[in-house]
Amino acid sequence: MIRRPGRLALVAVLLAGGALLVTGALRDTLTYYRTPGEVLADPDAARERVRLGGEVVPGSVRRDGEVVLFRLADSGHEVAVRQSGMPPETFREGEDAVVEGRLGVDGVFDAEHVVVRHGNEYRPAPPPAEPADAR
Amino acid sequence: MLGDLGTAGLVAGLLAAPLAALLWLRVALAGAPARPARLASVGALLAAVTACAVLEAALLGHDFSVRFVAENGGRHVPLYYAVTSLWSAMDGSLLLWLLVLAGYGALFARGRPDRLRACAMVVISVVTTFFFALSTFAANPFRAVHPVPPDGPGPNPLLQEHAAMGVHPPLLYAGYLGMVVPFALALAAPLAGPDGRDWLRLARPWALVAWTTLTAGIVLGAWWSYAVLGWGGYWAWDPVENASLLPWLTTTALLHTSLGGGRGRERWNSVLACAGFLLVLLGTFLTRSGAVASVHAFTESPLGPLLLGFVLLAVLATTVLTGPRQPPPARPGVPLWSRPTAVLVNTVLLVTVAAVVLIGTVLPLIAEPVTGTRASVGPGYYHRTAVPLAVVVLLLAGLPPALRVRDRAGVLRRLALPGAAALATVAAVGLLSRPGAAALTAFGAAAFVLTGLLTAPGVPTTAGLRRSRRRAATLGHAGLALLAVGVAASATYARVDERTLRVGETIRVGDVAARLESVQRAAPGGRMTVRARLVVSSGGHSHLAAPVLRYDPARDMAVTVPAIDAGTRRDVYLTLLAVAADGGSASVRLAVNPLVGLIWAGGAVGTAAGLLALSDTVRARRVRRPHPTGRRVPVAAGASP
Repeated sequence: MIRRPGRLALVAVLLAGGALLVTGALRDTLTYYRTPGEVLADPDAARERVRLGGEVVPGSVRRDGEVVLFRLADSGHEVAVRQSGMPPETFREGEDAVVEGRLGVDGVFDAEHVVVRHGNEYRPAPPPAEPADAR
Repeated sequence: MLGDLGTAGLVAGLLAAPLAALLWLRVALAGAPARPARLASVGALLAAVTACAVLEAALLGHDFSVRFVAENGGRHVPLYYAVTSLWSAMDGSLLLWLLVLAGYGALFARGRPDRLRACAMVVISVVTTFFFALSTFAANPFRAVHPVPPDGPGPNPLLQEHAAMGVHPPLLYAGYLGMVVPFALALAAPLAGPDGRDWLRLARPWALVAWTTLTAGIVLGAWWSYAVLGWGGYWAWDPVENASLLPWLTTTALLHTSLGGGRGRERWNSVLACAGFLLVLLGTFLTRSGAVASVHAFTESPLGPLLLGFVLLAVLATTVLTGPRQPPPARPGVPLWSRPTAVLVNTVLLVTVAAVVLIGTVLPLIAEPVTGTRASVGPGYYHRTAVPLAVVVLLLAGLPPALRVRDRAGVLRRLALPGAAALATVAAVGLLSRPGAAALTAFGAAAFVLTGLLTAPGVPTTAGLRRSRRRAATLGHAGLALLAVGVAASATYARVDERTLRVGETIRVGDVAARLESVQRAAPGGRMTVRARLVVSSGGHSHLAAPVLRYDPARDMAVTVPAIDAGTRRDVYLTLLAVAADGGSASVRLAVNPLVGLIWAGGAVGTAAGLLALSDTVRARRVRRPHPTGRRVPVAAGASP
């Protein structure tokens, strides 16, 4: 077997490698949540991929071919959202919704997808496999 | 009325479980007779049975004065799903949890009552007491409702779509809670004096039971997610899924470190046995407190602080009890090219995968108070960290047949053919298509493993105990390789398209075409159902597919049930996303998923391997029993205090 100092060195190398792996992998896979107010106050922060949550403003949903346009509002701030493809059936005016995407140069938020709403909790599109807690 | 009976059951359990802890403590310290302690443990089980039976009776009898029934029952719910609604929401599922936990306690209490078993039973009884208290005070499903509603909404509609609802959660719980026995034994070993040396031999069958049921539960959950949720996937790196994977990883590692009596790996065995159940507790906290799953903190659960406190307490107790040890006595050197080295590397890798997944799961929880922003970790993180490590683990699974010889040259000679097969596979797949590096290595590694297992000398001939142990391992590793091929192929070669079709229009993916024939609406029993009919044709064959979109007004929730045409080569997977109000058009998602069937097959083979290993272990005990003083596996020289 490997002797003690050698083993310690090996553990140190493994830990360092693991830390490097984790921080490297987190670099652009971490998605932050923003409210419409935060996006308006600091548009640059929303140029990277973020999640945007708010109420779908009643009367704001328009369909234009395969693109759906609507506005998300939260405490008086509103952000226009452009989503290509069909939003899920749970997406409705006057309800809360979370979209994932990035702010476009024209100030319209380009949503890649709507995060599905579940009961009164938000979960990323595929809900968990364990049923017991899917309330 | 029923509600009072149920609460009485919980209170009885709350009395029986701590009584059991005290009585087992007396057995451990004073050598008192074990019979009263056993009776107390059985009493706790009976209390849990009563609570579950009462809640089932209330659900089936539509007694809406009971809170849980008012929230999750309904007159329209079919019998099967009325039975399964016991575990369709948190408070009821805690009762099932208690039932399984108390069941393991009562089963484990039956053996020879030496000091080790008594100490372990104290630990199990304390855990049982905590969950009885949690259920009674913080999540009592039996509280009365005033005024009594005439009907309930029924369980979450997602949980009424697939028969797996009756099997998947109980299997998961059997897996999670089975880990309490190895955990308790590892904690008890340093306290039990000379008896403690034998803890690993006692723990291994329970770890096998837990591993087997958890494997089946996880794969069944993936299958269910694939067949019900309509997004076409089976694993999403969701916190709840990760919570089930973490203890599976550490228990897999434990089953390897405990091979051959676990000699020379005393520390690993103890740490892994404890880690399994601690991760189960942590997962319970993550999924039941609303801490991670809910992005917007709508649901504040009172269980959160209690569970977190218990997790921290358990970690502390584990560290204190198993931490300070004498260093194990010096061992004779082990050759580098040997099974112990492979097991060590495998263990380190599995633990690293678990650590990486754990970090990704709890990071959002820690990041929020620290940085002030809410964040979520995407699947990309896991694809870059856990997946490559898992491919290396898969490669290691091909080594055991070669490592049966002792010298380096022999090992290399035995690895030549599997290695060649792996390289050939990589070359062939890489030339024919362009999968990513991870998928390509996974295919190569799977070829390496399967070739190694199939060409190993002596497979599959003579019986005998040693060989049948290998048989279980061979089967398990083959299952892993099959699963890996299924995952890599379906992740790499799946093709998807989404379109809004008018009636008569066609969507195409590869050589598969689906033409929308009709959209029908119906509203049986208050649930609005939209059914699209499509003719799916590929390669001259055609069949009718009918994906469904259901809306449940009681829960204000839509469920999309895909139409899956499962084949050995590929699945054709059709989902109805939305329909126009006039019924003239529908948005459809068509996916062609190759080799998904291999994932379920791999899971089934893995489960079978667990059962085989279990039956071999039990048979080995029977063979050994006539000579109680005979060949005992010497265990855990470092396990004594």
